[in-house]
This record gives sequence, C-alpha cells and structure tokens, in this order.
Amino acid sequence: MKKVGNQTYRIENPVTILETACIVGPKESGGPLAKDFDKCVEDEFYGESSWEKAESRFIKDTVDTVISKSGIPSSKIDACYAGDLLNQCISSSFGLRELNIPFFGIFGACSTFVESLILGSIGVDGNFFENVLCAASSHFCSAEKQFRFPLELGNQRPPTAQWTVTGSGACILSKSGSGPYITHITPGKIVDMGIKDANSMGAAMAPAAIDTIITHFKDTGRSPNYYDGIFTGDLGYIGKEIVIEMTKSKGYNLKNNYNDCGVLIFDKEKQDTHSGGSGCACCASVFSGHLFKKLKDKKLKRILLIATGALTNSTTSQQGESIPGIAHAVSIEI
Amino acid sequence: MEFFQNIDWLTVLYAFIVGGILCIIAQILIDKTKLTSARILVLYVTVGAILGGLGIYKYLVDFAGAGATVPLTGFGYNLSKGVIEEIKQTGFIGAFTGGIKACAGGIAAAIFFGYIASLVSKPKIKK
Repeated sequence: MKKVGNQTYRIENPVTILETACIVGPKESGGPLAKDFDKCVEDEFYGESSWEKAESRFIKDTVDTVISKSGIPSSKIDACYAGDLLNQCISSSFGLRELNIPFFGIFGACSTFVESLILGSIGVDGNFFENVLCAASSHFCSAEKQFRFPLELGNQRPPTAQWTVTGSGACILSKSGSGPYITHITPGKIVDMGIKDANSMGAAMAPAAIDTIITHFKDTGRSPNYYDGIFTGDLGYIGKEIVIEMTKSKGYNLKNNYNDCGVLIFDKEKQDTHSGGSGCACCASVFSGHLFKKLKDKKLKRILLIATGALTNSTTSQQGESIPGIAHAVSIEI
Repeated sequence: MEFFQNIDWLTVLYAFIVGGILCIIAQILIDKTKLTSARILVLYVTVGAILGGLGIYKYLVDFAGAGATVPLTGFGYNLSKGVIEEIKQTGFIGAFTGGIKACAGGIAAAIFFGYIASLVSKPKIKK
C-alpha cells in the first residue's frame, strides 16, 4: 500500500471483491432495485419477536448467503468487520455470535460499510489476511427507536426526513481473484458544519462527502470523468443537490455520472420516502446488489463509492449538539 | 330518534371548529418549526394550565365543550381547575394534590387502556 497525496492510499497487492450478498425488507423490495437483491423479506419482523432481533437476523442471513455464494469455507475467512446503528453495535455482534470468525465490531454510522471495506483491504493488502468478510446492517424500525422516536408514538415525519433502509449487505474481500478490485482508499475526516436537525441528515453529511470526494480527486490526480459512476451512500435528494452544487463551485463537475444510493433505492413518488433512503444498509445493499452486478457485467468499469455517516446519537441531539459528518471513499475497478 | 333530538348540534359544530383549530395550530408547529412532538405536547398542556389559571379557558370550554376539553390544552385546564378547587377546600397543600386529583380518572384510564392495548397489539412499520 502506498500513500498518494494527503489522505489516499493505493492498494499494491490486488484486493478482489469476491462475492457480495444482500437481503432487504418489504419497502426496499417494492423499490426500483428489487430484482438485484438476493432475497426480499416480506415481513419487517423477519419472523422474530423484536426489531432488534429482526435486524440481527438480516445480517446473519446475509453473511451466511455471501459465504455460501463465495464457496469459501468460513474457516478460511480470517477476519470479519461489521457494524450497524444500534447501541454497542448489537445487531452485528448478536447476529454474528455463532459465526466463529475473528470479529471486529466497527461504528461509522451509515459509513460503516465502506469503513469495513477500507479496513478489510488494508488487512488483505498488508498480507495479514487471505479472506475478509465485511458487512453492515440497518432496520427502519430499530433506527427510528434508536435515533428519533419509537414507532409506537406514531410521530409524523417531516419532508426532509430520510427512510432508513431495512436490510443488510455483505461482501468477501480476497487476496486471490480476478476483480473487481479495490484500487484506492480515501478514509475521511470528521467534518462538522454545525447542522443540528436530526431530521435532515443529508445536509449534515454532505460537507463531509464533498471534502472526501475533492480530496480523492486531488490526491489521485483523477477527474470525475475517470469514473463511470460516483455514488455517495445515503445523502438523499437534499444532500445530493448540495454535493453537485458545492463540488461545481470548486471546479468539479459531477452532474453526468454522480448519484446517491439513497436516491436509487426507493421510488420517491410511489413510496413516500420523502428525501430518500439512509442507514448502513442503504449503501451496503445498493453496492452489494445493484452496483456489484453492474461491475461483474462490465456495465460499470470504474466506480467511486463514498459512504457517508452522521456521527450523532439521540443524547447529543437532545442536548442541542450539532451533527458531525464523515465520508469514506473506495475506488473499485475491474 | 330521541337520542339525536337531544344533541345540541350547534355545540357539536363549535366543538368541531375549536378542536380543529387547536390541531391546525399544532400541525403548523410540526411543519414549520423544529419543535418535537413532545415539546408541542408540553407547550399545549402548559398553555392550557395558564389560560385555565387566569380564568380564560373556562369560556372556551363553555363555548365548545369537548372541542376544548379533549385536546391537550384541556388537560392543562383540568390541572389548574383542580388546583384552584383543592386550595379552596384544603388550603395550601391543595396546590400539590389538586391537579392530579382532578385528572386522576384520565391518567388511570390512559395507563389502564395503554396496558391493555400493549397486550393485544403489535408495533407496525409506517406505510
């Protein structure tokens, strides 16, 4: 691994994304990407008795699916990086407690999936690990309870609110394989522009995404046209507009090939999801389902995936603190 | 038919209008301000208690009946009314006991029916 510029690293030993899997809930199943997901579950409870148990089952079943799809026995997987949005990352640790693979629980809010890809590629590139499992999950109902109000309260959602994606995405990174490869990683810095509204996460996270995107271009010397697609994790409609405008004012035109996973996953008009999707599973499922298929089919050859996270919790927002944002980027090429 | 004949339709209309206006104000607060629903709830109870204490809310209750007593401002009004009555009867200590006494029926019913509802229903996702 070699450092390029201030914050970006070029992977020297190729890291292949061997296989991906994703399982989503009913709302996502009704969205435009439904055909790309491995499994669409028709019940938010997923046969369990609580939202938290349901989320654990989402990540467990997704991980089981990716392992069986890859054909690599779990004994050959050296490490697992996984995270979610609940207190102490319990969806991942409870869901994966029977996995028997060395486990790193990580928290990067909704940027968790790309954070796990970055940490996983460092491990593989550095010859520490042969195969690494990366996973992330979120659940609309448990996230509402964790960050806003329990659903039983029947609160209204303002138009700026985003819809947390229910589901999980997972992938296996491997030393051997023939791509798609993770070629560059740009870990993000925490950026806080003082936005305090917990119902407007897209606007809070957009400055972090802009910072990471521009840093990536400066470090690598690439222009937005180098990529077939640039995808942010879960900025939604509002955040997406901010990114397009702000990058334009700094001399980068993203309009042609940029989109946001939170915009892609739902049909705004038909599904009443207001400002789009969010949550760890937003970026994780859109990448593991939709984007990975396009890379495999060579419809996309080079993509930049930037997952964005709002590093907040319910206590800090009740105490009137602003929302620090973070964005991690990986460039994936075939 | 006697049931319908005994209804004061004008009061029903006033109840509809006054209750509706209180809900419209709350909806505007939800849409146009950053106030959480919990804060709006507390605001309504407080405003009701203040207007009740000043003797103003009573006129609204006489005018609109349930349109003024059922919304949360009615709960605040009930608290203040209970306090005033209890102070008259038992003195200073009534300031602490009167409010809850006056609302005891409503509070106990909320707890009881809430408990029953939790036994028979399951949370659902928003559609």
